[in-house]
Amino acid sequence: MELQAVLMAAGGGSRMTDLTYNTPKAMLPVGNKPLMWYPLNLLEKVGFEEVIVITTKEVQKMMSTDLKIKDVKMKLDVVSIQEDGDMGTADALRHIQPKIKTDILVLSCDLITDAALHEVVDLFRAHNATMAMLMSKAHEFTETVPGQKGKKKTAEQRDFVGVDQSGKRLLFMANEADLEDGLSIRKSIMRKHPRMLIKTGLVDAHLYCLKKAVVDFLTENKSISSIRGELVPYLVRKQFSKTVNSQKLKDDIDDQTQEKNDGPANHELLISSRDEPLLQLAQERSCWNDHRGDMSEAYHGGKLRCYVHIMDQGLCCRVNTLAAYIEVNRLAPKLFEEPSVHPSADISERCQMGSDSIIGALCHIADKTSIKRSTIGNNTTVKEKVKVTNSIIMHGVTIEEGCNIQGSVICSNAVIGRGADLKYCLVGNGQHIEPEAERTNEIIVGTDQLMEI
Amino acid sequence: MLDLLTLASRACKRYSCRRHGEYGPGRKDEIERAKSEGKDLTKEEKQRLRKEKKQQKKSKEKKDDKASQENEKEKKPVTSAAPAAPASQPPTKPTMQKAPSAVPATAPVSVPASEASGPADKPAKTKAELKAERRARQEAERASKQSKKGETGQQATTSKPKAPPSDLQPVVKRLPEHIQVDNPDVLKKLAKKLERQQIPLRLDYGYKVSLFSHLHQYSRKAPLTQQLSIPSTVIHPAIVRLGLQYSHGIVAGSNARSVALLHAFKQVIRDYTTPPNEELSRDLVNKLKPYISFLNQCRPLSASMGNAIKYIKKEISNIPSNCKEEEAKSKLLNDIESYINEKIILAGVAIAKCAIEKQKISDGDVILVYGCSSLVNHILCEAFEKSRKFRVIVVDSRPRLEGKEALRRLVQKGISCTYVLISAVSYILPEVSKVFLGAHALLANGYVMSRVGTSQIALVAKAFNVPVLVCCETYKFCDRVQTDSFVSNELDDPDDLIVTRKGTTPLEGWQNESSLGLLNLVYDVTPPDFVDLVITELGMIPCTSVPVVLRVKNVDQ
Repeated sequence: MELQAVLMAAGGGSRMTDLTYNTPKAMLPVGNKPLMWYPLNLLEKVGFEEVIVITTKEVQKMMSTDLKIKDVKMKLDVVSIQEDGDMGTADALRHIQPKIKTDILVLSCDLITDAALHEVVDLFRAHNATMAMLMSKAHEFTETVPGQKGKKKTAEQRDFVGVDQSGKRLLFMANEADLEDGLSIRKSIMRKHPRMLIKTGLVDAHLYCLKKAVVDFLTENKSISSIRGELVPYLVRKQFSKTVNSQKLKDDIDDQTQEKNDGPANHELLISSRDEPLLQLAQERSCWNDHRGDMSEAYHGGKLRCYVHIMDQGLCCRVNTLAAYIEVNRLAPKLFEEPSVHPSADISERCQMGSDSIIGALCHIADKTSIKRSTIGNNTTVKEKVKVTNSIIMHGVTIEEGCNIQGSVICSNAVIGRGADLKYCLVGNGQHIEPEAERTNEIIVGTDQLMEI
Repeated sequence: MLDLLTLASRACKRYSCRRHGEYGPGRKDEIERAKSEGKDLTKEEKQRLRKEKKQQKKSKEKKDDKASQENEKEKKPVTSAAPAAPASQPPTKPTMQKAPSAVPATAPVSVPASEASGPADKPAKTKAELKAERRARQEAERASKQSKKGETGQQATTSKPKAPPSDLQPVVKRLPEHIQVDNPDVLKKLAKKLERQQIPLRLDYGYKVSLFSHLHQYSRKAPLTQQLSIPSTVIHPAIVRLGLQYSHGIVAGSNARSVALLHAFKQVIRDYTTPPNEELSRDLVNKLKPYISFLNQCRPLSASMGNAIKYIKKEISNIPSNCKEEEAKSKLLNDIESYINEKIILAGVAIAKCAIEKQKISDGDVILVYGCSSLVNHILCEAFEKSRKFRVIVVDSRPRLEGKEALRRLVQKGISCTYVLISAVSYILPEVSKVFLGAHALLANGYVMSRVGTSQIALVAKAFNVPVLVCCETYKFCDRVQTDSFVSNELDDPDDLIVTRKGTTPLEGWQNESSLGLLNLVYDVTPPDFVDLVITELGMIPCTSVPVVLRVKNVDQ
């Protein structure tokens, strides 16, 4: 077996608590499909047959009842972890280490993309890399986000990603938060790669191909708890660290003792290949080099290599903020050619429905309604004379007559009273909006949710 | 080794007499004829003895003999028909490729001369009987195979011009698939075969120059893995990785490719388990076949890889059926290790030793090398370590610019080098005392197949009377015959020729120009009269002794 897929679905959605306080992030409906269906679908399309899903018990329960997830033909090996236990993604990998037999492909449940995965995996295979990841050019979100007061501040801290001239080799990765005095790049990196491109407008898709040795390394180093936050920058830095490259000097005794002391740190160097000398021979005899102009051999003799594939076209979105959620609801249905209206929905003839709206199963849409650019979830009832524009309506919602809903997100099981006028609002789970209410740009959630903060 | 050498040198003279008339240039044949008159009887006796030996090893030897003879016979009409076609036959088919018409322009002029002189030269009274017997055997064989191969034979012959003399039977039975890309039937067959093996078909890319439209041309941006499932189940992951490395050019060079191939096969053998009711010796060979097709699709196999595969297949099929699986696997792994050790590593050491001790690299030499040949680099580094004083001129060419890698390796050792592009070769040659070339393969008629540009260097060196030495291990000798670079070659990605300078890319829209084609050839063949010596681990042999070595190797095995 070449690769094992691991789907991280235990995340809490800490950046969109309004949506997730009742529904776990992995099961949020996007285009009437649960969020975690999208990465599963991606894996299935590419040809995976088994996936290890790391999730919470709650999500596991919801998964077993969800129809779409049952549709997935792959074998899902669900591992549940404590919800309140502060487990990072790397901790989760450590937890499932006994199950891991080969190199792994780690995905996050909130990734929606139509990327060609073979690009990432080919980099991983061809260069015998320790890590290969996927990134995408970030797109501005154009939709108005409910509850946003004032201009959207660039609160998101930027990521600085340094790649080499070919745009494939990852040289440098740091978050703005970690750079206090400014960006400093080591001379050893500059000497080996004199031309480096530093990009800031990239979105990390949280899709990583990791060698098995990295997972073994994690079991030794219990201090690393997050893949994205700690492991990836560590690996990128380790590419150029001296101990890695001094493996060649085997005659020097000092170096040997130093290597022994660095035992745990060098675990990821144990790139398990039983015929390492043969591989070395092939590389020596090959007339290929990844760089020109200096005296070093291919890859500068480094054994640890990190690669990145940067997508410039196509959809790649991580649904971890409200803005992303809204954006993705707009774009995701276009990925698939499914009928926008579910066959079991009951729609009256005098309803005006735009072509880019999606109606879920078992809906009741009454007369004289107008639904444009919206997503309506399953089991929703929409009564007469309702205008729904640019909104996302989740499952089990009841919208009484005469409502006007614009640019809003209505969560599951909410009830909107008659004649209500909602503009750019977010209505939380199970909320009741009183009739004739007029709300603009508000987040309407229950009092118990407020207490959680 | 000693026996081999003496046998080789003895057989050399005899063989060159007989075979020169068919393949080599006509001039040498005349010289040999004078020698042959005096040794007629002994030659005849030896030939009779050989024939009896052959008849003793009936079935296997006969098949091999016939197969190889037919190969030679079919190559002969292909190459001989080509120059003969414009002279004797007007092109009958409008679909006749421009390849044959171009061949006479480039094939050495001596070939038609040898053709004419060949059959006539042989002293008719001594050889007629042997010829008649051989012909009778072949006729009988052909008659039996005619019905089976009639269709494909006809297809192949209609796409190539018919051979004029009737005694040289024209039925071209089996041209390799990779040089018949413009024949839709062959493509269909290939597609079916790949489908059966569950390997995706790689599509050709871009406009192909008409002279080479019979070859595959792939794009590096469309790797074969696009159509495979990601955790590859049909093909072993090590083979997928290898295929990717081949198509990206990460593993390039004859030796490197063979070593990497054997390494991947070792992984495959390690992970292999015999299914129930199957024998390892047969099942493993069948398992390897789709992998080899896959690798072929990624990048056409080299001659050295072909020989390595033949060796492994032979070793696998020679495993006795009562052998336990673990034993068999460890035996195979050891065989692979020893093959690499003997044929590549030790051969390299022997060649270096031979070259250095026999004073092929002496103090004050100026040595010219072309591109990056791992063997030549090894020899030069060894010579430098044995404190020979010489300097090196590295000649390089676009688009691969492999010379830069060779330059780096030599300078790293401390050898003083000069770097020029191939366009400056005639300028720099007066300074040069020797030319060392590496080879991708040595063909059975003594031609050297190597990186494109090699034959040009050999030609210019010949014009300047500079000795040209080719260094090649014996496992790269292949029993194919080729006299020109058109019939069988490799087309690399044409987009490699596109260069961006100062922000502009003139060739960017080359596909939109209907009258523009980009050609990126990989190999070319150098005739043996430009090569003065071939240094192998068996010693220093002339180019024309390659078939002798091949024959002796076959007899050995």
